[in-house]
Amino acid sequence: MTGNIAAIGAALAVIGAALGIGNIGGKAMEAIARQPEAVNDIRSNMILMAALIEGAALIAIILAFFVN
Amino acid sequence: MRKYILSLCCIFCLSVFALAQHDGHNHDGHKHAKETQATDHQNHNHEGHDHSGHNHGSHEGHDHGSHAGHNHGTHSDGEGHATNACGHSGHHEFNPGETAFHHISDQNIYSIGPFSFPLPCFLYAPGHGWDVFSSGRFHADAHGNGEKAYNQYILCEGVARRVLDASFPTGEVDLGHHAVYTKQLPIEKGKTKEYAFVCYNGKEWQADTKSTADAGMFGGGITSFYDFSITKNVLSMIFVFLFLAWVFMSMAKSYKVRRGMAPKGITNFIEPIFIFIQDEAVKPFLGHKWQKYLPFLQSIFFFILGLNLFGQIPFFGGSNVTGNLSFTAVLALLAFLVTTFSGNKHYWEHTLWMPGVPAIVKILVLTPVEIMGLFIKPLTLMLRLFANITAGHIVIAIFVGLIFIFGQSGANPGAAYGTAIGSTILTLFMMSIELLVAFIQAFVFTILTASYIGAAVEEAH
Repeated sequence: MTGNIAAIGAALAVIGAALGIGNIGGKAMEAIARQPEAVNDIRSNMILMAALIEGAALIAIILAFFVN
Repeated sequence: MRKYILSLCCIFCLSVFALAQHDGHNHDGHKHAKETQATDHQNHNHEGHDHSGHNHGSHEGHDHGSHAGHNHGTHSDGEGHATNACGHSGHHEFNPGETAFHHISDQNIYSIGPFSFPLPCFLYAPGHGWDVFSSGRFHADAHGNGEKAYNQYILCEGVARRVLDASFPTGEVDLGHHAVYTKQLPIEKGKTKEYAFVCYNGKEWQADTKSTADAGMFGGGITSFYDFSITKNVLSMIFVFLFLAWVFMSMAKSYKVRRGMAPKGITNFIEPIFIFIQDEAVKPFLGHKWQKYLPFLQSIFFFILGLNLFGQIPFFGGSNVTGNLSFTAVLALLAFLVTTFSGNKHYWEHTLWMPGVPAIVKILVLTPVEIMGLFIKPLTLMLRLFANITAGHIVIAIFVGLIFIFGQSGANPGAAYGTAIGSTILTLFMMSIELLVAFIQAFVFTILTASYIGAAVEEAH
């Protein structure tokens, strides 16, 4: 089995993003449960925030490929 | 509506230009930054390599799922394992990663199910001039490898390449079966890159991949020729562009004709999506200026959505336009240009010289970070769409590839049939996820573009 340290870096970035997006999802669910009438606003903000976190993770992954 | 069509045209034209410069990504499992130098290094290395390092997709009689660039099912076994005059055997160990990359890359032929259709090739080599011909001249076999060469161009895995050696005969050259193949060659310590080779007259000739505009960042760079062809991806964009133009023009007409009446037909499907984007993505970020940017944002949304969905139709070319870095780069560039040119004084002041912060902090931290942010925003737009679509397609290709891994490339049909059942279920599951991702990514691209433009046009408060 071969590999390199860049793969570990990419995986670490994914762990961070997963924690972040999981947190967003959980909090959004709580918010929806508390205020079901605000579901549309919460949903689009949730997607927006998840996309921003995803962007940070993607930069890390692409950088990992670059240094590879 | 006319504005909408106009911006759609702009996006389309720019994307066509970008794709003409596109490489379809390097097919080697590894990405490296130094491949351009490596090409020179390989030029004097024509014969006598160790053949053990190469392996590209299996040549067994298998039929890929939705993302198959071509049909692999028409091969007879005896032919598949033939060894050509250069000692290169048609039989390879199955490499799922490479097969997946091969199936998501752009090609010079269009395959629908088992049939492949030729596409026009516009190839330019400096010092050699333009070559305009149909890719049907290559007589592509079931793997997309050309059985003929034309004016020193060959077709390898559906992609046109140029033979490096000038002594290779011009005009149409009959190569025979399995004359074109790829090999992994070492480029530097511990790294290899895939190169195409052609066997002709008992000699092995190395071929060049097309030039890319990425200056070697993604494993491409300037090579001996440029490819401005209408490739599979460009053709898919033309399809989607024409379809969207037709849908929206007929919708615009129906609004005039059926004034005051309930919407009918496809309007019923498009209107809620249009209103959703307008209300959820455009209006909240752009304030009272939303109408100015609505055509651009809606064009981006529907173009991305159309291409995402078009790329998911199984056995219909398997085009992967939105999972193509140069296409998403053009969209991100448009978003960047619109944001930059709509930025007001307030926006630039806050970017370059943030008021109310000590000068030293501004010079050392804020301004550099803000300027980096200007470029990182479109960069993440580009990468997000590309990575999400590509990842989904690769996962599907790998699920299909599981059949060949467990079936040991045909040696163990029982395991292959067993895995096929499980892999079909997994693939169906993945495709439904991808359907969701197609909508979400188009929405995310639009909402983020809207928020960047919104930040640029926001008034001081």
